[in-house]
Amino acid sequence: MTSKSDPSSTWADQAIAETYRADWGRLLSLLVARTRRLDLAEDALGEAFARASAQWSTAGVPANPGGWLYTTAFRLVLGGLRAEAIGGRKAPLLAIGSGWAQPPSVDHLDDLDDERLALVLLCCHPALAPEARSALALRLVIGTTTEEIARLFLVSRATMAARITRAKKKIVTAGIPLSSPVDDELRARLVDVCRTIYLAFTAGYAPGQGPDLLRADLAGEAVELVAVLHRLAPEAPEVRALYGLLVLQHARRDARVRHGQLVTLAEQDRSLWHREEQRVGMELVATVPSGQGYLEELRLQGLIAVEHVRALTADDTDWGEISALYAQLETLTGSAVVRLNRAVAVAEAEGAQAGLALLHGLDEVLANSHRLPAVRADLARRAGNIDLARTSYQLALDLCGNEVERDYLTRRLDTLS
Amino acid sequence: MLLLATVADHNRWRITMKYFVLLAGDGELGPWDQLTPDEQQTVLEQFGGFDAACEEKAGVGLLGGEALEGGAMATTLRTRGGELTITDGPFAEATEQIGGYYLIEAPDLDTITGLCRSLPAYDIEIRPVVDMG
Repeated sequence: MTSKSDPSSTWADQAIAETYRADWGRLLSLLVARTRRLDLAEDALGEAFARASAQWSTAGVPANPGGWLYTTAFRLVLGGLRAEAIGGRKAPLLAIGSGWAQPPSVDHLDDLDDERLALVLLCCHPALAPEARSALALRLVIGTTTEEIARLFLVSRATMAARITRAKKKIVTAGIPLSSPVDDELRARLVDVCRTIYLAFTAGYAPGQGPDLLRADLAGEAVELVAVLHRLAPEAPEVRALYGLLVLQHARRDARVRHGQLVTLAEQDRSLWHREEQRVGMELVATVPSGQGYLEELRLQGLIAVEHVRALTADDTDWGEISALYAQLETLTGSAVVRLNRAVAVAEAEGAQAGLALLHGLDEVLANSHRLPAVRADLARRAGNIDLARTSYQLALDLCGNEVERDYLTRRLDTLS
Repeated sequence: MLLLATVADHNRWRITMKYFVLLAGDGELGPWDQLTPDEQQTVLEQFGGFDAACEEKAGVGLLGGEALEGGAMATTLRTRGGELTITDGPFAEATEQIGGYYLIEAPDLDTITGLCRSLPAYDIEIRPVVDMG
């Protein structure tokens, strides 16, 4: 039995963790590209990491850890194909390129961006169920565990496992290829990828229910995915816009919760914001070309996030500019959620009454959201309409499933009396 | 044992699959007998273009394909409790009427969806054929 304090064991564990984080997606992409068997490749790579964990602590970490894992996994895939052939379930005519069994060099591993992009695009193929796409991308490209993905999407582990398994089966059975679409098709696919990543990020950033207000680690995985995508397709404007936006939003993670409680933007300790990340995010957003549709939506949201970064204190916030950006965003999307956010900004710029006026007509569309009554309650409180504030906080509490947010609403309600 | 061959270009390593392509009408495209002669001509040309595109595409083979009579001409067999019944009409009163099919051999799904873009504006369902090995 190996002791945890054994330096070689720790060294091996670290090497495995680092290789997993940096190279899981690359290794899997290469295995899928060369064997065209996603199902076998993923299992094999998982097994290779398990073997590394067992062997590296005693035998030492190999000079090229990625190469070792690749070779091990590749042999396991071959073993799997052989077992299938012998089992008579399939008799594949497997043509193996000369040298494919050779491990990639360390340099080569860094150079697998095309394969990795192809893997992301495969995960977001339109023939796959929308709810499976980003889950699959997190699983295959980042190597996020099924358990974590399940937590991210608020479903049971079994449900998520079934969803991912079904998607993988569809890829293999329906013959969805690992390919690199070009031009318009690539652009369309990338936009889809962006939408699914944003969805994943939102699910981590504002979980609708459960004990956590924010799952920064899981939202971080979504940010990492879009970072990978940006490295792979730096010219794609939607990817750049989404990357900038998510980096800016994620940079506030440490300030959003204090002692397990929600901290509003106005009350956040801005020294906890990750300034270097914000600098990166602002540069990205600044270079997004103004466009239309989804791109423009992301750009406007990015510009709003930039305005918050620019304000050194909450009082410095240029709410007039933010209101104007929200108005543009609302014209573009017609979204009730955008209108709600705009109302908050307008209340800051022009007063609570002006904000309240913008909430008219939203009740039907946002009937199930606790955010509408929560915003109305805050604005009513500031406008001095205590009765409306009280009933609205109560309604918000009735609708809110997130425990931390419920605490916040309860405290607000208590301050009224 | 497993046959190992060597190819330089992995793109040439293609596992050919078979796909069943089901065409259903009454989507964007109206029923055949309600089309004008010009529209019918266009549809026929599109079918011809599809055949040609399949012919040209490497690794693709058109194994079969026919137009089908409408659902009103369909007969459905069902076995319930071991007893076979025969009824008039299609499986389900679907709004989309099945109008024809193709059986195509192709390297992958993207190849099929690419080719199907040249077909008339039917609603199209693509099913992989089970490989009975």
